Order: sequence, then C-alpha cells, then structure tokens
Amino acid sequence: MATVLPPPSKRQKTAIAEKAHDQQSIDAIPSDLGSVRVHFYDQSTGRPSGAPVAIPVADATVKNLELLLNTLQGNDASERVPYRFTFGADGQAVDIVDDIYRALLKPGLRTTEDTISLHYTPQAIFRVRAVSRCSASIPGHGEAILATSFASSSSSRLVTGSGDNNARIFDTDTGTPFHTLKGHTSWVLVASWSPDDTAIATGSMDNTVRLWDPQSGQPLGQPLRGHTKWITSLAWEPYHLRQSSTFQRLASSSKDSTVRIWDSVSQRIDLVLSGHKSSVSCVRWGGTGTIYTASHDKTIKLWDSTEGTLISTLTAHAHWVNHLALSTDFVLRTAYHDHTGAIPSTDNEKMAKAKQRFETAATINNILTERLVTASDDCTIYLWSPPPAPSSNTATIKPVARLLGHQKQVNHVTFSPSGTLIASSSFDNHIKLWNAATGAFLHTLRGHVAAVYMSCFSPDSRLLVSGSKDTTLKVWDTATGKLKEDLPGHRDEVFAVDWSPDGRGVGSGGKDKQVRVWRH
Amino acid sequence: MPQNEYIERWTKQHGKRLDHDERTRKRIARSSHKASESARSFTGLRAKLYAKKRHAEKIQMKKQIKAHEERNVKSSSAPAEPSSTPLPSYLLDRNQTTNNAKALSSQIKNKRAEKAAKFSVPLPKVKGISEEEMFKVVKTGKKTAKKGWKRMITKPTFVGPSFTRRPVKYERFIRPMGLRYKKAHVTHPELRVTVQLPIISVKKNPQNPLYTQLGVLTKGTIIEVNVSELGIVTAGGKVVWGRWAQVTNNCEMDGCVNAVLLV
Repeated sequence: MATVLPPPSKRQKTAIAEKAHDQQSIDAIPSDLGSVRVHFYDQSTGRPSGAPVAIPVADATVKNLELLLNTLQGNDASERVPYRFTFGADGQAVDIVDDIYRALLKPGLRTTEDTISLHYTPQAIFRVRAVSRCSASIPGHGEAILATSFASSSSSRLVTGSGDNNARIFDTDTGTPFHTLKGHTSWVLVASWSPDDTAIATGSMDNTVRLWDPQSGQPLGQPLRGHTKWITSLAWEPYHLRQSSTFQRLASSSKDSTVRIWDSVSQRIDLVLSGHKSSVSCVRWGGTGTIYTASHDKTIKLWDSTEGTLISTLTAHAHWVNHLALSTDFVLRTAYHDHTGAIPSTDNEKMAKAKQRFETAATINNILTERLVTASDDCTIYLWSPPPAPSSNTATIKPVARLLGHQKQVNHVTFSPSGTLIASSSFDNHIKLWNAATGAFLHTLRGHVAAVYMSCFSPDSRLLVSGSKDTTLKVWDTATGKLKEDLPGHRDEVFAVDWSPDGRGVGSGGKDKQVRVWRH
Repeated sequence: MPQNEYIERWTKQHGKRLDHDERTRKRIARSSHKASESARSFTGLRAKLYAKKRHAEKIQMKKQIKAHEERNVKSSSAPAEPSSTPLPSYLLDRNQTTNNAKALSSQIKNKRAEKAAKFSVPLPKVKGISEEEMFKVVKTGKKTAKKGWKRMITKPTFVGPSFTRRPVKYERFIRPMGLRYKKAHVTHPELRVTVQLPIISVKKNPQNPLYTQLGVLTKGTIIEVNVSELGIVTAGGKVVWGRWAQVTNNCEMDGCVNAVLLV
C-alpha cells in the first residue's frame, strides 16, 4: 500500500492560504489607476459617436461600456444592444474581452494618459445556444450525403442531397423523412432553397438542375438541361432584386466551365455566362445584381446579372479557386426572415424588408459594398471589396488583403452573418478566423485531426460549427477561439453541415448515410 | 555510328529502292495469307509457340477495336461517375490518394460491429516449433561453453527501440541483428490493400509465452502495428495508431514480415 501523507500543519495551511490570496489579488484591477478617456467609433462608418468620455479604470468593463454606449446612443432601456469593442492600432485589432485594464493597459498598449479609441460593432441582440446533443439521426438515404441545407424561414425543414440519386426533405422537429425528391439519375451534389422557401433547386452529376415544390415534394416542371458536365454550385437571385415576387431566377455553375442562369418559371435558359477556361467551382449572386464566379482557371469573374456581360476579372490566385463567400450571404439567403420570426404580409413589404436588411448588412462607411472572400488551392485566401458595378475603375480591382497562414489547400470560406468575421476551413486540419474588415488574423481553431471540409456560423456570429473528415462536428466560440462543444456521433466523414438561419439546430450529413440533427 | 544501323546508313547514302513502297504494301497485304499458312503448316513446339504469340496478338487487337468502338459511340446517357463512392463536389477533382486508407477505416468499423469477429484470427492453428529449432546453444569461449546456458535465437525477432543488451556475462538470449525486423507488410483482408507499417510490439506468440517476451516473429504471431499514417479515426474523432495484425508467412524463409490486419 502507498504511504499516506500526513495532513499539512497549521503553519503550512496559513502559508498556502496567504499565497493563494496574494495571487488572486494580483489579477484584480488596481483601484488607484484613476480614469481613462475613451472615444467610441462606429466600426461600420468609422465615425466617432460624440466626444471622448472619462471612465474610471476600475469600472471599465465591457458590461459597463455597453451600458454607457447604449445611453450615449439614446437607445431605450428595453432594447439595449450588446456591443463588441475592438481597439485597432497599427494594423492589429485587439478584442476587449473582459475590461480595458486587462486588454490594453496591462499589456502596455496604451496608458491612462492616452485617449483610447474603441471601435464598436453591434452584436446580434439574440443569442444562439451552442448545440450539444444529437437530437435525431435519421436514416433514409442509401448512399453518402453530399449536401444539406435548412429552409430559410425555419429550422423544421432540411433538404439533403445524396449519392443514391435522391434528395430528401426532412422534418427536423419530429426527426422523420418528409418527402423524397426522386428524379435525378446520378448523385445529387447541391441542394438549395429559394430565399422565400417556395422552391428547392438540386444540381446533380447527371448535368441537370431540378426544381421541387417543398410542400408536396413534387417536381416543378421538367429538369433544366443545358450543362454538359456536372453541377458544382447553385445560387438563387436575391429576393429584393426580383422583377416580381413570383419570378425568380437561378444561377448554376458547372464543371463544363459555364454558368447558366435559368428562369425558374418558364424553365428556360435566360443567360449563359461563358468565359471561364476551366471548371467553375462556385457561384454567388450578390445583392447589387452582380454575379460572382470562382473557377479552377485561377480567376474570379464578376458578371452583370441582367445583361450577362463580364464586369471584371480578378486575378491574384496562383491555383484553383475553390470557394467564394460574400459578406451578405446570410441576409441574401434569409431575405425577409429575421430573428423575430415576423413575416411581412404583402409582397411589397417583403421586398422592402429584404432590401432594407441587405442594405444594413452591406453598408460600410455609408457606401454599399459587398465584400468577397475567395479560398484557393494555393493555400491563401484573398479578401476583395469590388466597387459598386457602374463605377469606372472595375477593370483593375486589387485585393484588400491576402490572408496567409494555412499550410494546405483551403476548401471553404464563410463570412459571419454580422459581416465581421471570416472563417476558413482547410485540409491542414485547422480552421482560421480572420477580421473581415482588414483581413487581420484572429485565431486558429485547432482540434480536428483530419481535413476540415466545411464550417458554418451561427446566426448571431458568436459560434461556429465545423464538419471534418475525422467524423466529428465541433462547435467553436468565435470570440475566444476555444472549443465549445465536441460532437462525435457520425460513423464516417462529415461532408455537409448547416446551421439553421433561426439558430435552433444544426444539420449534418456524411459518408455514414445518416442525417443528424443537433440541438441545444 | 552504331554497328547495327547499316541499313539506315545505306538508305541515307543511296536512298530507297524505287519500288520500295510497292513492295511494302504488297508484303503487308500478303501478311495475313502468310500467317494463316504458318498456322496450318507448323507442327510441334514451333506450332505451340506460334499459337501463343498469335493468341496474344489477337487479344491486343480485340482490345484496340473495342476501344475504338467505345470512342465512337455518342452516349446520351449520364456521364461516368469519377469514383465508385459518392463524393461532394469539392472533392470530385482531387485525386484520392488517401482513399484506400479511409475505406479501410470504415470497413474496420463495420466489421467490429459484428461481435463474433472479435476472437477469430486468420490463422487459428500453427505448427509447433521445438526449442532445438528455435535456439542454438552458444559455445564460444571458455566460460560460456562451460556454463552452457547461453542461447542464440534462430528466428526473426522484433526488438523494441529502447532495448539495450545486458552485459555479455549475464546475457542469456542473443537476438541477432541480421534477423531483427522493424516493419511489416500489412494487408487488409477485404480490401486487398497492402501497406508497409512499423511494428510497435509483439502481442502474442502462439508457440510459447517466452517467445512473446523475446519478440520472436513466427507464423501466427500477433503483432501490434502503427497505423497512424492511414488516418484512421475512432468514433470519438481521435486518431487510432495501434492495431493488431497476425503474421502469415514464415519470416525466416522469406526475409520479410507479411501480416494480415485483424478486424
């Protein structure tokens, strides 16, 4: 038997207690530091809000700063907005996590003599809770699941595309299959809901795009034929750009190096955007009427969606461009559905709300700017900020920043719904978070032991979920860059993951043929 | 000029015969007649060799014709899928070098679900090896010969990286350097994938527990191999690195260790 140590003597105990007390008190904010002058700036416009304010250092916590700023802004007590404060100096951004003393004064970035300029960004006033358990694992598909997407209005409908040539709609509330969308003759590679949830588009290996009615599960018309190789990505026309509320268009990119724009009502090809020299890997339809395409020919092209003309070609990448994301992706996907769940009654109001939501998300310094981020096989990411379309200097667009750090090909990039963060997932097993305004590096999220295929922000931008080849999903806290939840459960690689736009659940699918729904 | 190119040299100097093309055409036209004539008239070994050569030629010809036909067909059906298992669009154009290993991992998982498979090994019984065959008595030197308990192992062994020999005076077993192995060729039984993997340890030698201790590699020995390169993960998302395998060959005869993965 092992020897039992004698209990510590009284002298030892007091010494330990004293030491613990000393160590703890070092961490507290000293009360004799006086006050510090703080100047608040709006992150989106870059303008100061009012004159500098003197705040006692001991009280300069994020909570108190929020309270002060809300009062300065004249917000009602009932609708206080949470803010995130960043201190930007010489190219690097410091996030104020707890209080000014620990973030700025203690590391010596600023002293109490200086005026501290803090940039504030409003955070989502709702909070999404991290998913922590698998609420349903739904069998049904006969082959690997290649794409998942939640409906834009609610988390109760999920569409998945699979290698068994079917797409399925699931009812996630009950965890049961709702409809089987049969018709494709090969793998269903992409599935996408229209912004108003009236149609689902699926793109397949059999070179066709099909449209489906989500309520009945019946096909809407004939398959859209025209591509000569498989479909790689789909993008719906933003809701506020539609000519009328029922007339919607859809862009599909294909391996055959073209992008086709379909009129979903008459089922005809509206435009063909040809110009890329190799497979088009990703297409996005911007809220200003620009279509963005990324291709394996190393370029990104901007197109006019009404004329089908090329606006500009962005060349900076040295290898395939794998994926691209817009800062407004989330609002374009959800259109007029917001966190309150209130849906406008008439079409005009819906259109107006969608437009207003888009403009709030896209406005930086009072200019309507859609930022663009592209991920490539050359292990880099570029951040672009193309000027609005009818401007003269679209011919030569320079990237805002080149985001370096990944060790292997970057497969997927995504903007946070708030437009302040970029998450990039790479084959080097890491996810990296970047500041979306400057492209500054923030965090590396380490934890996966195999390639990360995809990641998705929660609607309040505070959390990120990632799916990986190592069969797990992981939920990360974006403010600290720490692992929040580890979600094992899949038996094989996770190919597709999506966080529902209302934040209530995460849907994932992969090689183990089961759709899993994760909830808090 | 190389010695054997005199014909080319002659052609370069004097040109071709005036009727060269005509003669070539005729020879080609005649060749099928000639082939059939030889096929009919040859006897014995020559006939046998000729038939074999002709058989190979015909297979080649048929393959070529088939390839041409396939190229000519304008297929309206769905394009051929680039891989046998469905892949998302972002993985389609990438060559799947690690596919085998990954397939391996899922196969292993499926197989482990079957409980019966847990205790079955590919080689359930092996021939016994006597101690005389396994050990050679070392009789070098005056003292050693007198003691008579020093043994040299005559079979291949696995010796761990941290092993240091005991002083010669006390050393009972000698494991010769030339018969030590660090790597094994491990085959996955269903997938027929063979990978060379480092051996971690010897888990069980069916002959004798002493041999397990000594790390003797004989047919039927269970070894632990390092599979971390394959990228296998557990259900919890951790990397698997040790997995058991059974030796399937007589290593001392073959000069290599072949093993089959236990799933």
